[in-house]
Amino acid sequence: MAALSEEQSLIRDQAKSWVSEKAPVRKFREMRDARIGQAYAPEAFSAMVDMGWTGILVPEAYGGSDLGYLTFGLILEELGRQLTASPLLASGLVGTSAILLGGNEEQKQAWLPNLVDGSAILTLAVDEGPRHAPEKTALAASASGDGFVLDGSKVGVLEGMAATAFVVAARTSGEPGSDQGISLFLVPADAKGVTRSARVTADSRGYADVTFAKVEIGSDALLGSLDEGFELLDTLLDRGRAGLAAEMLGIAGGAFAMTLDYLKTRKQFGRVIGSFQALGHRAADMYSGMELARSCVEAALAAIDADAGNVAELCSLAKCKMGDHLHLVSNELIQMHGGIGMTDEYDAGFYLKRARAMETIYGNQAFHRERYARLLGY
Amino acid sequence: MRTTQGIREHRERVMTATATRTDQGSDIEAFRADVRSWLADNFPSALQGVPPAMEGASEGKHAADMERWRERLAERGWGAPHWPQVYGGAGLDHAHVRVLAQEMGRAGAINPIPMLAGMGVTMVGPTILEYGTEEQKQRHLPGIASGKVRWCLGLSEPNAGSDLASLGTVAEDRGDHFVVNGQKIWTSGADISQWCGALVRTDKSVAKHKGISFLMLPMDQSGVRTRPIRLISGASPFCETFFDDARAEKDDLLGELNDGWNVIKRLLQHERASQTSAAGPGGRQKPEGLHDIAKRYVGVDTSGRLDDPDLRARLTQHLMDAAAHKLTAERIAAEARGNPEVSAAASIMKNSATGISQARSELMLEIMGQQGLGWEGDVFAADELSTVREWLWGKAISIYGGSAEVQKNIISKNILGLPETTQKG
Ligand SMILES: Cc1cc2nc3c(=O)[nH]c(=O)nc-3n(C[C@H](O)[C@H](O)[C@H](O)COP(=O)(O)OP(=O)(O)OC[C@H]3O[C@@H](n4cnc5c(N)ncnc54)[C@H](O)[C@@H]3O)c2cc1C
Repeated sequence: MAALSEEQSLIRDQAKSWVSEKAPVRKFREMRDARIGQAYAPEAFSAMVDMGWTGILVPEAYGGSDLGYLTFGLILEELGRQLTASPLLASGLVGTSAILLGGNEEQKQAWLPNLVDGSAILTLAVDEGPRHAPEKTALAASASGDGFVLDGSKVGVLEGMAATAFVVAARTSGEPGSDQGISLFLVPADAKGVTRSARVTADSRGYADVTFAKVEIGSDALLGSLDEGFELLDTLLDRGRAGLAAEMLGIAGGAFAMTLDYLKTRKQFGRVIGSFQALGHRAADMYSGMELARSCVEAALAAIDADAGNVAELCSLAKCKMGDHLHLVSNELIQMHGGIGMTDEYDAGFYLKRARAMETIYGNQAFHRERYARLLGY
Repeated sequence: MRTTQGIREHRERVMTATATRTDQGSDIEAFRADVRSWLADNFPSALQGVPPAMEGASEGKHAADMERWRERLAERGWGAPHWPQVYGGAGLDHAHVRVLAQEMGRAGAINPIPMLAGMGVTMVGPTILEYGTEEQKQRHLPGIASGKVRWCLGLSEPNAGSDLASLGTVAEDRGDHFVVNGQKIWTSGADISQWCGALVRTDKSVAKHKGISFLMLPMDQSGVRTRPIRLISGASPFCETFFDDARAEKDDLLGELNDGWNVIKRLLQHERASQTSAAGPGGRQKPEGLHDIAKRYVGVDTSGRLDDPDLRARLTQHLMDAAAHKLTAERIAAEARGNPEVSAAASIMKNSATGISQARSELMLEIMGQQGLGWEGDVFAADELSTVREWLWGKAISIYGGSAEVQKNIISKNILGLPETTQKG
C-alpha cells in the first residue's frame, strides 16, 4: 500500500466497510440472478454518490472534492474485492475525465455537477471490433450545417445500458488505422437515431452495443479539437486503464484471499493442503506478484495526479502487469479449490469471469506490451 | 456517511497538519549541497565508475587513488554512513543515506568500503550493532567502516546448506577461549579476509537449532586453512575453510552462548536486504539500455521495431518486470520511512531481483548471438566477455543467501501463515 495520507486512509476504510456491509459479492449474485437490465443495483450507486465518490476527481468549483486518481483507485480496489457492480469507473472516472480533459468551460459547467450528483451517466464508446484498437475508429462523423451527423456502431460500451450519454470516438477525416482525423463527441443516449442492445457477457456486468444511425448533433457536442482527438482519447483511455488496474488489484486481492483461506482449511491426506510445498510455493509467487503489480498500479495513479511525463508508459505497465497477475490468480483460484471451485454456487467463478473481462477492456496484456515497447522506442 | 462536503472539510484539516512537515526538506537539500561540494573536492575523477579490485586495494593502476578515496570516505564515516559516528559511521538516517547514494551515483563515485570489508558492512557489522557488547562494537566496527578489515562468513558446510542448522563444526570451551574444529565450504573471500564470523556447534545434547553459537575469529592463525574453489565462471571467489584446533577468544562470542541461531537469522535478513537490487551481479547497471544493445546487435525492421518479434516481446516483458521491481523498491522505502533495510518484503525482493538479473543475463547472451559465447581472445569485445562471465556467476544469486525455493518457503510460512511446507528431516 502506498504511504497514504490520513485522509486517504479514512476514505479507504470507509469504502472497505461500506463494500463489505452493503455491497458484498452476495449482492452481486442477487443482481445476476435477477438479471437486472442495467446490471447494477441503483441504490448502491446512489450511496456512492452520497459518499462523494463521483466527485473525487472533480474540482471544488464544480461540486467535487478534487482528491485525485490515487484516492479514486483506493475505492475502486475495494469495489473490486467484492465485485461490486456500478458505473463508478465507467462514468465517475472515465466519463468525468473526458470532460475534465477535453471540455471547455461551458461543457464543464453543463456536465460536471450532473456527473457528481449522479444524474448523468456518461460513458466512453470507443471500440468497434473484437479487439481494442482505438486508431481503427471508423464510425463516421460528417459535418452537416452547423453540426455533425454520426453513422456507425460501437461494441461493448461499458455500462452502455445505464448511460444517459456517450463520449463517442468518431472519424472526421482520414482512414481507419490512422491516429489522425479522430474526434470525440458528446451524444445523449436518447438522441434520435441512437439504439442500443444489452451485450450479455460471462461476467454479468453492464455492456451495450450501440448503433448511431444518422444521429444529428450540434457543434457544441464536439469535445476537444476537431480531427486531433486521438491524443485526448489516448490520455483518457490511460486514465481508464489505471482505474481498471486499481479495480483489478482488488479483484485479485479478493481471489487470493479466498484461495489462501481454502489452503488453510481444506484437508487431504490428513493435513491442510496449504502444507503441500507445490501449493505453498505457488501461493508465495502469487503474493509476490501482487506486491509487484500493486507498485505499478499505484505509480500509474500517482503519476496521473502529478501530471508526470511518463503517464502513458506507467499506465501500460500497470494494466499489463496487473492483467498478467490477475490472469494467474484467477486460474489458481479455481485450480486450488478443486471441484468446488467449478460450481456456480461458489463465488470463485465470478472472479474468474470478471478477471478476463477486465483484462480485455481498453487493451489486454499483449496490447500494452506492444505499446510499452513503442513508447520506449524499439 | 461522509458527503463531499465532509471530505472537503477533512481535507482542510489535513492540509494544515502537513504544512509543518516541509522544513525537513530544507535540511536534506543543504546536506545534498554539502555532499556535492565535498565530492568535487575529494573524489579522484580517475575513479569514475571504477570498483575496487576484488583482491584488495593494493593492486591495479588505480591503487593509489583508491586508497586515498577510501581514506577520505572513512574520515567522514561515509563508508557505512548509517552507522553511529562512534563506531566509524556518520549516523545518517535513511533519507540522508539516500541523498548520499544519489549524489555519489551522479558523480560516478563508487563506495569501495562495503566491497573491501567483504561481509563486514552488509552483514556482520549490522549484526554486531544489534547483538554485540559495547566492547565488541568498539573493537570490530571501526575496522569494517573504514574498509581496512575484511570479513568472511563461515556458515555453510558440505552437509549443511539450506539446512544450515545441521552444521557439524564444533567449538569446545577451554575457559578463556574456544577451540574450533570442522570444515566450512563456499566461504566467500576466506583466503583474503582477516576475520571470520563462524557458526559452530557448542552443545550437541539439544535440538539442532538450540546448540549453535556465533563466533568471531581471526583468519591469520595456524589452525585455519583455506583452499580456493574454482567456479563455472572461471573465478575463484570462495574457498573451503578448514578449522583445525583454531582459536576464538571468549570475548568474541557474539550474542549468548547457544543463541547463535537467532543471531544468524538476523544476519541472513541483512544479507537478503543487501541482495534486493535488480541491477545485476555486482550491482552494476550497464549504462546503455538493454533495448539499445538489442537494436545494435539485432537491427530494426522498416517501422523501427526490433527485427525479432519474439525476442522483442520477451525483452519487453523483462523491462516491465524490472520497472515493477524498481517501483516496488521505491514503494517499500516510502512506506517504511524509517529503516527499510530489514523487512518482511526482503524475500519477495530477493527473488524478484535475482529473477530479473538472471533473465537480463540470458537476454544479453541471446542478443549477442555468437558474440555472446566468448571465453577469451580478441574476436570478442570486453563487454561481450564480461557478459558471459556475469551470466555464469549470476547463477549463484538464486542459490546463496537462501535459495529461491527457500525464500518461497519463508514467504508461504512467515508471511502467508501456511503450515510448514518442508518435511522435517
Ligand atoms: C557464490 C556463492 C557464494 C557463497 N558464499 C558463502 C559464504 O560466504 N559463506 C557461506 O557460509 N556460504 C556461502 N555460500 C553457500 C550458500 O549459502 C549455499 O550454497 C546455500 O545455502 C545452499 O546450500 P547448498 O549449496 O548446500 O544447496 P542445497 O541446500 O543442497 O540445495 C540444493 C537444492 O535443493 C533446494 N532445497 C533445499 N532445501 C529445500 C527446501 N526445504 N525446500 C525446497 N527446496 C529446497 C535448493 O533450493 C536447491 O535448489 C555461497 C554460495 C555461492 C553459490
